[in-house]
Amino acid sequence: MRGRTLLIAAAVLALLVALPWIGVPIPGLFERSLDAPGTLNVLALCFVFGTLALSYDLLFGYVGLLSFGHALYFANGAYVFAIALTRWHVGLPAALALTALAAFLLPLALGAICLRMRDIPFAMVTLAFAEAGSILVMQNPLGLTGGEEGLALSADALPAALVGVPNTHNLYWIALALLIVAYAVARRAVDSPAGHVWQAIRENERRVAVLGLNPYGFKLGAFVLSAMIAAAAGVVYVLLQGGANPQITTSGFTLALLVMVVLGGVGTLWGAVLGGIVYEYLDFRLVALANAPVLQAFPAVVRIPLSEPLFLLGLLFIVLVLFVPGGFGGLVRRRAPAAP
Amino acid sequence: MSDVVLLLITGLGLGALYFLVAAGLSLIWGLMRVLNFAHGAFFTVGAYAGWTASTALPSASPWLSWSISLVAGIAAGGVFATLTEVVLIRPLYARPVGQVLVTVGVSLCALALVEGTYGNDPKQILLPDALTGTTTILGAAITNARLLVIFAAALVLVLLLLFLSRTRYGLIVRAGVENRAMVEALGIDVQRAFTLVFAIGGMAAGLGGVLAGAYYGTIDPSRGTSMLIFAFIVTVIGGLGSIGGSAVAAVLVGVLQQFLNFYAAAGVGDFAVVALLAVVLLVRPGGIAGSAPT
Amino acid sequence: MSEAERPPVLRTAGLGLRIGAVPIVDDVSLAVREGEFLVVIGPNGAGKTTLFNLLSGLTPATSGSVTFAGRDVTRAAPYQRARLGLGRTFQTSSIFAGLSTRENARIAAQAHLGGSADVLRSASAARVPLERAEAALETVGLAHRAEVPAGALSHGEKRKLDLALVLCTEPRVVLLDEPTAGMAVEDIPELVAVIQRIHRDGHATVLMVEHRMDLVMGLADRMAVMHHGTLLAVDTPDRIVANETVQSAYLGDPL
Ligand SMILES: Nc1ncnc2c1ncn2[C@@H]1O[C@H](COP(=O)(O)OP(=O)(O)O)[C@@H](O)[C@H]1O
Ligand SMILES: [Mg+2]
Repeated sequence: MRGRTLLIAAAVLALLVALPWIGVPIPGLFERSLDAPGTLNVLALCFVFGTLALSYDLLFGYVGLLSFGHALYFANGAYVFAIALTRWHVGLPAALALTALAAFLLPLALGAICLRMRDIPFAMVTLAFAEAGSILVMQNPLGLTGGEEGLALSADALPAALVGVPNTHNLYWIALALLIVAYAVARRAVDSPAGHVWQAIRENERRVAVLGLNPYGFKLGAFVLSAMIAAAAGVVYVLLQGGANPQITTSGFTLALLVMVVLGGVGTLWGAVLGGIVYEYLDFRLVALANAPVLQAFPAVVRIPLSEPLFLLGLLFIVLVLFVPGGFGGLVRRRAPAAP
Repeated sequence: MSDVVLLLITGLGLGALYFLVAAGLSLIWGLMRVLNFAHGAFFTVGAYAGWTASTALPSASPWLSWSISLVAGIAAGGVFATLTEVVLIRPLYARPVGQVLVTVGVSLCALALVEGTYGNDPKQILLPDALTGTTTILGAAITNARLLVIFAAALVLVLLLLFLSRTRYGLIVRAGVENRAMVEALGIDVQRAFTLVFAIGGMAAGLGGVLAGAYYGTIDPSRGTSMLIFAFIVTVIGGLGSIGGSAVAAVLVGVLQQFLNFYAAAGVGDFAVVALLAVVLLVRPGGIAGSAPT
Repeated sequence: MSEAERPPVLRTAGLGLRIGAVPIVDDVSLAVREGEFLVVIGPNGAGKTTLFNLLSGLTPATSGSVTFAGRDVTRAAPYQRARLGLGRTFQTSSIFAGLSTRENARIAAQAHLGGSADVLRSASAARVPLERAEAALETVGLAHRAEVPAGALSHGEKRKLDLALVLCTEPRVVLLDEPTAGMAVEDIPELVAVIQRIHRDGHATVLMVEHRMDLVMGLADRMAVMHHGTLLAVDTPDRIVANETVQSAYLGDPL
């Protein structure tokens, strides 16, 4: 059983790595062939969101922490990286180092405060901090963030191999590597002694405390790790999009993360990854649906809901929450006999 | 001096709007332990229902037209909230996280529909002349609409307090906030109190939506979200479940925000409010009025 | 040194909790000797559970102090007290329902043996906690249920798991809040045997809330009686049974 799973995983991986060399069109799924830059870009974005959903699931699915401010840490990575490159001109290695530092310190400081709360108050406070981050980005302090306009990377700040449409396959591989590394890190973490304590906290925090472990410290550790993975995803996002934009700081963006994770199955890492990928893909395809000429023939009551991707995703989300609480991951698990 | 008065009153007006959203949030949380993300949608739907009603029924009198929009906004907020509770929240009674998630879904859907129907651009609100005029208070010229917003929120506060202290359902709600298990053990139907709290919260939020239109002169789909976030902050600072605490915190937050946005720089006030939240949490985790949230 | 002369391992002085103006636990001064088996009795609502919460730190006291293992722990967090060797169970089973029975015990063992903060190694690679967990499950008679999610255990099995978690942490003092509550009568002797093992073989001091007097008389070195939040009496079982104040408390005498 385990051997077969590994085999399938290896095959999927090999296929994904080789994708930029496979010039097959998949009609219906993608408009152009698989090796087209446009397709690779969409797939790479899907990987970024898969990674982001994974980081969110680490927190929500494994520690039971419902944060409404996770977008902040993605944006943290994205903006610090973009600012260091294009405003401070420090070069790629220094920009990455600065981003890593910020990716560690911001969640450490804010998590230390937020985790004084539990459950819903915790959710509210994380939301408030993320909102502060969003306001900060919008205000364009010292002209750093570019406010509503966002912040475009200047091409000369990056190695040539990472710039331009013909090099999209390189970015694709980077995004794929990000996903694989993030998955490996998260897998290791949740299987570690600390990871087991996280799950125990999710189940029963009070009992963890009377066994002699400080839940606060463990939660803070998970919070920081999850935020750092999100920041790494933010860096790759900036590379893919050629800049940072304020949409990624909004509470709506965090809610999208929540949808991804619930879609994929709370508490299964691969489920969350799949949720992130499917969400991003649907979001992309549903926009195409919205612009489809067929739709224009319908009356407004039908046309308007169908042409709003967020409406359809929200509806799907509600249906899943009501009727399929385990998401994809749960569906598969229910089908399979309970693994020992 | 007139600056100070002006800022104080605009801050109060903003606080009034926060309160209208926060009151329902706080009661819903207090009684049901549901974090209602759909509350911003109640506000937005109220605002657009009001706008739609007053444009669909053009009347000779601007006052009549605006009154219609008020009624429509309150009704839309109330109906939407009631439906949300009955259809979506109630089946998830045993799954608190599911309840939160479903309200997230409602807010996503509602916002998308509003944007799809009305577009993203702000809509102008037509007000009676009396409301666009100004009154001079201690040298500051204050738009009457803002005074009205403050007055309306104060009225809602009084009505809510009367409801909670004088009516049977109010007493059930209040007792339920204190100790829900106890109220249930007494054989009282708390379920109906849940629906009622949602309806009242939705009506207040819908009213807030229409009044925000009068306060700002325009409505747009995104305001509900920022209202919701500041209302969350207000409810936490005020102590979850406490109407009085929410009212005090709403005023505090609104006034602080206005003053700092004016005297320091735009955005500083918003930032300071979040900082205030952090400080309150560090010093007094239960909020101004509250016991420690569980 | 004789029993009575040794310094108490756990001591409270004027310990109290008020909620608003209502005293829930009122001025409790109690000295528990190392190695003793102290049973706490009292009518429902007397404040026994609340007293345990004050001792273990889950509820901060509003007055008085708690000294444990020679230290003032009045302000210490629950996990700090647990690390000093104060273990406890809860009136209703408190386990990790979504995790397997073995994993429940393994986490408890890991908490006690250290290394819980490790994020780099695989948890299953550490043999010692696992062996400790298996041994504890064996002791309480749950070894055959190790794979089952703890939430799927029967009520009686959950109570055994509660004790297995305590066993894994080798506490110096353990607070057991109605460990037999809701158990079928025929399962009780087995559970009591485990408790005695914790007490004798584990050299633990036991404080136990228990209602069944037949059980208590055989187990307790001393008994403490709570009523309306106060400590009415602390004495040997024989003398407690003969105590008039205690009798009137149970019979509902207005005093
Ligand atoms: N957090 C609380 N708020 C209000 N009353 C409480 C609280 N905790 C305990 N009580 C009350 O204190 C009394 C003692 O409770 P408890 O310690 O559980 O008693 P016992 O375990 O002896 O049955 C009960 O009347 C209970 O209702
Ligand atoms: Mg009790």
